[in-house]
Amino acid sequence: MAEPALSIRGLTKVYGNGFEALKGIDLDVAQGDFFALLGPNGAGKSTTLGIVCSLVQKTAGQVKILGIDIDQDFAKAKYALGVVPQEFNFSQFEKVEDIILTQAGYYGMPMKEARPRCERLLKDLGLWDKRNGAARMLSGGMKRRLMIARALIHRPRLLILDEPTAGVDIELRRSMWEYMRRINEEEGTSIILTTHYLEEAESLCRNIAIINRGEIIKNTSMRGLLTELDTETFLLDLAEPLETAPLVKGFEIERVDSHQLALSVRKGTDLNDAFQQLTEQGVRVLSMRNRANRLEELFVSMTSQPEAATGIDKQPETSPQAKETAS
Amino acid sequence: MNTRQLLISLWTMVVKEVRRFLRIWPQTLVPPSITMTMYFIIFGNLIGSRVGEMHGISYMSYIVPGLIMMSVITNSYSNVASSFFSNKFQRSVEEMMVSPMPNWVILAGFVIGGAARGLGVGLIVTVVSLFFTHLDLHHPLLTLMVVIMTALLFSIGGFVNALLAKKFDDISIIPIFVLTPLTYLGGVFYSIDLLPEFWQNVTMINPILYMVNAFRYGILGISDIPVGGALVAIAIFIVAFWFLALWMLNRGKGIRS
Repeated sequence: MAEPALSIRGLTKVYGNGFEALKGIDLDVAQGDFFALLGPNGAGKSTTLGIVCSLVQKTAGQVKILGIDIDQDFAKAKYALGVVPQEFNFSQFEKVEDIILTQAGYYGMPMKEARPRCERLLKDLGLWDKRNGAARMLSGGMKRRLMIARALIHRPRLLILDEPTAGVDIELRRSMWEYMRRINEEEGTSIILTTHYLEEAESLCRNIAIINRGEIIKNTSMRGLLTELDTETFLLDLAEPLETAPLVKGFEIERVDSHQLALSVRKGTDLNDAFQQLTEQGVRVLSMRNRANRLEELFVSMTSQPEAATGIDKQPETSPQAKETAS
Repeated sequence: MNTRQLLISLWTMVVKEVRRFLRIWPQTLVPPSITMTMYFIIFGNLIGSRVGEMHGISYMSYIVPGLIMMSVITNSYSNVASSFFSNKFQRSVEEMMVSPMPNWVILAGFVIGGAARGLGVGLIVTVVSLFFTHLDLHHPLLTLMVVIMTALLFSIGGFVNALLAKKFDDISIIPIFVLTPLTYLGGVFYSIDLLPEFWQNVTMINPILYMVNAFRYGILGISDIPVGGALVAIAIFIVAFWFLALWMLNRGKGIRS
């Protein structure tokens, strides 16, 4: 069986001020996966990824990248790794092309190999025309794409994207999604994504882990997670104003305003039944949409509960190997 | 990394550093050249003509090696200090940290880049000095060795400073309050024979005195101190600072949380 793209066992991080950012987490990301690592701010996502790419020193635990233990041979592991961090971390005064070619040089890549690869990446990411300009002259979205090009220059097999579309407009975000999908599907690059746009995670990722207060509180497939959602809420836009909410048997219905109702539908319930009852009462619905992203509803419910009362299955997926390591 | 990859990464580091100081040449190359020209005009021409000779050499010629060395020291130091601190500040140091490049290559890249600027400015100052005086190179190899070793030593010093620095002020404290006084009191403008015995002994603990005098010996053939000891002292300092900087880098001092 192929080694996981990323394997983490018992990873702990205690900062100098005593703050325990990671409390012995276990995590596996399969090769070729598109994996979401989600969590609220300060949950431990960036600390985890920082340790994986050597920007943060771990306190305890084991990290393997494609089977290579970072404590044994971090240099070899780093060849397999590409990182797109949350913050812009390139020299603002360097030329766009120089930033990417310099990064290739850091990996020992000869210029004759790096130049065509750089050209291809800049063209794919729509930055070719900007190659001779200083990085500080780029827009926010272009800077994010520059960091993606830089991370891919040495053909990593595992790409870490830490909020790659933060502050990027919708159109550009979608074109970046397409690009990420392409490198995942066509080139087989394993991708770990952190994002606050849960729609992004739902659209792109096949597997997901949710981290909260330094612990993995969920680690499962995206499909599996979404099936756990018991109730979905739809907003119904009405043709005529209503003074009170109509009574719809079998459903929870709430009046948002005179022209809008919120209809809560339990999993497996026939939606036609609700519309039939509304029609019988003379309520005409013009359009409907989800009140919130489905993943968002789950995410909020999981991460907003007090630590002791979550009741969420904590890491049932922990493999036997993890237990051996822990002992 | 294999040897070829190591050489490519080191070359990349050096090119990046040299490109940086060439890109901002009005800040890096021009000001020291103008400052030193002022020294030549004021101390060498105007005041120097009244001072007369020192160790049988015109005052203008006497101060040239010290002024060249002063440029090399301050530029090597400040280049690495400001370049590495800027990398920390802009977080572009992370580009190096996530790469498989070993820490000694990162250190060597910055140090060679700093030395390149120090030696470049030193060369410019030497050329400027030729408009004011004539220089006979007495010991070319020794001169070259001393100036390169000094540039390397202060580049490493600048790196240590930048690793420890938390704000921009921290990289200007050492050059202003330590390097400048030590250079001025290191026999750039005078022979220590002119000092009372007590101050001569105090001056002997100033490491820059040894570099200035070893360099002056290479160019003019005169020195206040034994040159052999100076070379050994510089070499010991280079090795000690190199391992200190590397140890700090390996520990992630100032760059890893």
